[in-house]
Amino acid sequence: MVENRRYRNIAAYLVLTIGIVIVAFPVYLAILASTFDVATIINGNMPLVPGPHAAENYYQTLFFGGATSREPVGIMMFNSMIMAMGIAVGKIVISILSAFAVVYFRFPLRMTAFWIIFITLMLPVEVRIYPTYKIVADLGLLDTYTGLILPLIASATGTLLFRQFFMTIPDELLEASKIDGAGAFRFFKDTLIPLSITTIAALFVIQFIYGWNQYLWPLLITTKSSMQTIVIGIKKLTYSQDALAEWNIAMTTAVLAMLPPVLVVVFMQRLFVKGLVETEK
Amino acid sequence: MEKRAIFSSRTLPYLLLLPQMAITIIFFYWPASQAIWQSFLMEDAFGMSSEFVGFENYRLLFEQPEYYRAMVTTIIFSSFVALFSLACSLLLATQADKNLRGGETYKTLLIWPYAVAPAIAGVLWIFMFHPTMGTLSRPIRVIGIDWNPMLNGTHAMILLILSATWKQISYNFLFFLAGLQAIPKSVIEAAAIDGSGPLRRFWTIIFPLLSPTTFFLIVVNIVYVFFDTFGIIDAVTGGGPAGQTTTLVYKVYADGRLGGDLGGSAAQSVILMIIVIALTAIQFRYVERKVQY
Repeated sequence: MVENRRYRNIAAYLVLTIGIVIVAFPVYLAILASTFDVATIINGNMPLVPGPHAAENYYQTLFFGGATSREPVGIMMFNSMIMAMGIAVGKIVISILSAFAVVYFRFPLRMTAFWIIFITLMLPVEVRIYPTYKIVADLGLLDTYTGLILPLIASATGTLLFRQFFMTIPDELLEASKIDGAGAFRFFKDTLIPLSITTIAALFVIQFIYGWNQYLWPLLITTKSSMQTIVIGIKKLTYSQDALAEWNIAMTTAVLAMLPPVLVVVFMQRLFVKGLVETEK
Repeated sequence: MEKRAIFSSRTLPYLLLLPQMAITIIFFYWPASQAIWQSFLMEDAFGMSSEFVGFENYRLLFEQPEYYRAMVTTIIFSSFVALFSLACSLLLATQADKNLRGGETYKTLLIWPYAVAPAIAGVLWIFMFHPTMGTLSRPIRVIGIDWNPMLNGTHAMILLILSATWKQISYNFLFFLAGLQAIPKSVIEAAAIDGSGPLRRFWTIIFPLLSPTTFFLIVVNIVYVFFDTFGIIDAVTGGGPAGQTTTLVYKVYADGRLGGDLGGSAAQSVILMIIVIALTAIQFRYVERKVQY
C-alpha cells in the first residue's frame, strides 16, 4: 500500500519466522531425543545438537521396540498403515456410491436416505464409544482390522463432498452419454470417476491423516499388542512415568508416527488444502 | 438444486446406498440409540441385571460435584485454546497474506502440525516440559516457579492448553489465510488512499469482513477441544492430577471404563450429543447467513 513496504515486509518475515520456530521446536526436540541414549535425555541436559545414537535408536525401535513393551514399532506402523488406508479407501468407496445414488436417481425415500446419512456429521465416535464397542465385540471384531476400520467410515463428510461436486457437473454430460447409449454403470465409470479424480485424491489425503491419527477407538478395541497402532503404542512407552521410561525409544517412535502424515501434507499440499477446506464446508 | 437428467432404475439406487446405509445403521444409529436407552437403565452392583430408572442417572450426574468441575474444566480449556490459537493464527495469516517472496514455503512450514496426531502432540509437549528432564522446565525453575505439571493442576492445564493450541494453529491459519485472500484488494486500497493506516484498516475493514471465517472457526475450535483433545489429555495428564484436567469427554471414557458406571457414562454421552447438535445447528444457521457488520 502507501506505507513503506520495506519495513512492513521485514516485520512480516520476522513474525512468520518466529511462528515457524515455535511451531517446529517441539518436533525438533523429539528428533534430537531420537539421536541420544536414554541416560543423556533423563539427566535433563540434552544438548541442542544431534547426538550419535540415531542409527541404533531407529533400528531398535523399528525391529524390537521398547524393553518393557517388546513390540516392534515396525509392526505398529504396518497396522496404522492398514487402518489409515482402509478408512480412506472405504469412506471414498461407500460415499461416492451413495452420492451417485442420491444425485443421479429419483426414488422413494431419497431425501430420507440423504438425511439419515447427513445426521451422522454431527456425532463424533467419542460420544458413543461404549455402545459401539459392545456391538463390535458382539460381532467378534475386537482385535481385527475390520473392527478398527468399519465403525470409523460411518460418516457423512465424503457423501456430502461428492454430492456437492456432482451437482456442479453439467447435465449435458449425462445427456450426451445417454445418447451414446451409456447406462448408469458406464457413465459412472467413464465420466463421473475421471471427473472426480481430484476430489477423490483430496478426500483420500484428509481421510488418511484422520485414520492414521486415530487414538481412542484403537485404544479401546485392541487388546493384543500385535494389533496396536503406533499412535497408541507410544503411550505405553512414556507411561511408566518413572525415571526408567525409555524416552529415547518413545521419541523415536513419535518421530516415526509423525512421518507418514506429515510427508503427505508437505508433498500433497494442494490436495490437502482442497480436501480440508471442502470437507468443512 | 436438482439434476434434470437422471437415470431411472427401481433397484440400482438402493443397491448403491446399501453399503453406506448398512455401516451407518450398524455402527452409528444402533450404538447411539443404545447410548440413549442405557442412560435410562441402572445396573446392579454385579452387572448381572439392569432396571429402568427413568432420569435417575441424569439426576445422579447433576448431583456430582465432579461433573460440574469437568464442565468448568472444559469451558476453561476450550476458551483459552480457541482464543490463543485464533489470535496466533490470525497474526500469522495477516503476515503471510502480504505477497512475500517465498510465501508458499512459509505456508508449508506453518501447516504441517495439522498432520500430527493429538496424542503425539501431547507426548512432544510433555517431553519438552517434563518436570525433571524437560528442556524448557529448567528455565522455568530458574525464574523461581516450582514447575510440575504432574502434581500441579494449574500447570497441567497450562501444558494442555499449549499443546492443544499448537496443534490447532495450522488449521486456523489456513482458513484465515483463505478468508483474507478473498477480501477484494480494491476495498483496502481505497481505505489506504483515504489515509487510514494499517492498524485502522485491519480493525475497520479486514476484521469485520473476516467475521464469517472467525465465527466458523470459533465453533470448529470448540468442537475440536471437546472431542479431538482426548488424545492430548490421555497422553499428557490422563485426566489428572486428581481429576483436575478431566473434561466432559474424558469423563465419559473414565467413568465407563475405569468406574464401570455404564448408565452414568451413557447419560453423559447423551448430554454431549445434545451439545454437539446445538453447536452444529448454530454453525449452520449463522455461517449460512454470513455474519457481517
